[in-house]
Amino acid sequence: MSFNLTRQGLTRRGLLAGAAGMAAAGLILPRGARAQEARRGGRLRIGHLGGATSDTLDPATYAAGPVVTAMLAVCNNLVEIDAKGQAVPELAEFEPDAEARVWTFRLRDGATFSDGRKVTARDVIASFDHHRGADTKSGAKGSLEQVKEIRADGDNVVVFELTSGNADFAYLTSDYHFVIMPAKEDGTLDWQSGLGTGGYVLENFEPGVRITLKRRDDYWKPDRAWFDEAVLLTINDATARQNALMTGEVDVINSPDLATLHLLQRRPGLQLVEVTGTAHYTMPMFCDQAPFTDPNLRLALKYAIDRQEVLDKVLRGHGQIANDSPIAPANRFFAADLPQRAYDPDKAKHYLKQAGMEGLKVEISASDAASVGALDMVQLFQQSAKAAGIDLTVKREPDDGYWSNVWLKKPFCVSYWNGRPTEDDMFSLVYARGAEWNESHWDNERFNELLLKARAELDDSLRAEMYREMQGLVSEDGGTIIPIFVNYIDVANDKVAHGEVASNRFLDGWKIVERWWQA
Amino acid sequence: MSAAEARRRPILRMIAGRLGIGVFTLFVISVLIFLAVSLLPGDIAQQVLGQSATPETVAAFRRELGLDQPLAWRYLDWVGGVLSGDFGRSLANGRPVADLLAARLGNTMFLAAYAAVIAVPLAVGLGLLAALWRGSWFDRIANVATLSAISFPEFFIAYILMFWLSVRMGWFPSIADPGASPRLAEMLGRAFLPAITLVLVVTAHMMRMTRAAVVNVLGAPYVTMARLKGVSRWRVVTRHALPNALAPIVNVVALNVAWLITGVVIVEVVFVYPGLGQLMVDSVTNRDIPVVQACALIFAAVYILLNLLADVLAIATNPRLLHPR
Repeated sequence: MSFNLTRQGLTRRGLLAGAAGMAAAGLILPRGARAQEARRGGRLRIGHLGGATSDTLDPATYAAGPVVTAMLAVCNNLVEIDAKGQAVPELAEFEPDAEARVWTFRLRDGATFSDGRKVTARDVIASFDHHRGADTKSGAKGSLEQVKEIRADGDNVVVFELTSGNADFAYLTSDYHFVIMPAKEDGTLDWQSGLGTGGYVLENFEPGVRITLKRRDDYWKPDRAWFDEAVLLTINDATARQNALMTGEVDVINSPDLATLHLLQRRPGLQLVEVTGTAHYTMPMFCDQAPFTDPNLRLALKYAIDRQEVLDKVLRGHGQIANDSPIAPANRFFAADLPQRAYDPDKAKHYLKQAGMEGLKVEISASDAASVGALDMVQLFQQSAKAAGIDLTVKREPDDGYWSNVWLKKPFCVSYWNGRPTEDDMFSLVYARGAEWNESHWDNERFNELLLKARAELDDSLRAEMYREMQGLVSEDGGTIIPIFVNYIDVANDKVAHGEVASNRFLDGWKIVERWWQA
Repeated sequence: MSAAEARRRPILRMIAGRLGIGVFTLFVISVLIFLAVSLLPGDIAQQVLGQSATPETVAAFRRELGLDQPLAWRYLDWVGGVLSGDFGRSLANGRPVADLLAARLGNTMFLAAYAAVIAVPLAVGLGLLAALWRGSWFDRIANVATLSAISFPEFFIAYILMFWLSVRMGWFPSIADPGASPRLAEMLGRAFLPAITLVLVVTAHMMRMTRAAVVNVLGAPYVTMARLKGVSRWRVVTRHALPNALAPIVNVVALNVAWLITGVVIVEVVFVYPGLGQLMVDSVTNRDIPVVQACALIFAAVYILLNLLADVLAIATNPRLLHPR
């Protein structure tokens, strides 16, 4: 309980101190919306992108969309990410041992499932084992490969033993896959019932149409879950989503159409909620396949893209330019002092010459299925590369099946990452030697060595130093062009209010239902 | 009595024959759809897991769904289920296909009926009047207006209607989702904009056919005869020309109603209306074969039954068609 008080204090202070920073981050809010006290009651209606009739409540296979937003209101994780990007206890207080190899999670008292059962270590183990083992179909399987054993120590304590130290393990447990659901008799996870320990119960779930949530009165967090009811409508068409907001059919939408956003902003009574998170566009090249084996060629391509132009034209400024490293300013150990790479056709020509590949012809595979505006981006790249003497041809791939047939299969293509809250998670997932999703087949001795060292290091200043060097390595030697970070944008009407917004996802870190309140 | 029976029998025989062919058609369609979906690149495991697909998770997914079985075996399994009344479960979310379809089929039928109830009388009425006043201003305006409406893509009409009637005037809601347990009056209000969009799209076709068919008959000698007897123009059209022109009109109406049931996915998306079209598109994207099959069978059955109905009505108005030379 004492923890909650601290947290509230933190949020308040953050509110005042962060006001200037927020303006800088492009957070535009009507005057007064922020000063409000949270209050109970009302109904929140969200027009959500990304629902489909195939949606399921199974945390092994769900991905971004209304189901995840709803389930993060219905369930809790062991740990949550706050508006500052810090891992704070949710269902459990946590403590690592000296090597950060054995993590002990102590469940809080008073957290119950909506059917009245107390949450126990058994439920936690089932919730994690659902994503482990040979038979799991979970998208989060890779993140849990470092876990050697999960054991219960009585009813209230769960111990995670890792294969090697990981100072960021607490962050990992905040992943939306690892929501805590009840265990069945046989120890497997009961996701079918849709029960959770969160502030809301699932009242109606029609995949691809709507999800209705109702507040429960016995929620253990006193300062959360303000709305009596929440409705999440799937509206996949961008124009329909904006019209629904303008006609008052919904209170909040995510992912508005960037081309018409400035028109939408002119309407009175609407607030733009915009944060720069960790999401980024990438263009991976297979480092073990000619011509990308030569680091000089990779540098030439990195200098041949006009990042500012891509940001201005593809995202209409709603993002930030990136430096060929996946670590964003929103990350804790972002190395702000590394020199920013800019468009420089002369340097590109220079490195091309170093590689002995003047007049290079290279093909990039692209589709808008990878990210909004990916095709526009590669066409801009094609033009800017031409000035650097590189003949880039764009191979337009079908949207359908892009992730299974093009990504990880073609040597040079476009890709997209939501990013991860921690450096280690992001690097291990996509840039470590042999990682399943190492989309560039990059293998750098020093980088891989530092990755393991930094992971087990508990001293933040030493970690910062190591992560700085790693960001430099990825940027200089890496096989991935990362031109831009893209903002998360939501638009809300003036019937809803909120505190400082988390930057790790859309819709207040996908926690909008429990965090926002009616104005 | 016996004369009436003799007249009815050939119709019954024809209906039975056509239903038999219809069942065979459904079987062929189910094979074709099954093969077509299997030919698409990727399968449901890769589609659902998307970027997070790894060889092991995909293999586990396939094992769980039985996708590691041979194609023919999976098809026979599915047919066996359907013959015993079980459409199976969605591969994507494990829900029974029958449940997924039930609510959406109702929504689709409701919207199609709503649009048809407005569009058919409107189109036939306009067509008759246009035929009656052929060459007049009314004829031209009706032609230009309906042809313009059909020439615009339906999402454009939908956005225009939404912009004026919903965003500007605020008369109708911009999204048509009727909610979990709607009342009829509320559904009529919510579905009004999508219904009107569909009306604008289908009217021209039916109106033009009505006009052409009636105009054609108006040139026949018996119409001139009726006029010479002193029958009024309106009565000539409704009593003499229309019944003889019904066959082609009924056929066009049937085709358009079938389209209203099967082809309205864009209108569903724009107005956020949970119908069958969206379900089928999602299922094709996900390679969710049981759901695709069930939707395809429903759509095919709609076409077969409506065409049959059109033929029966055409024969009822023109018994000569029963005895092809």
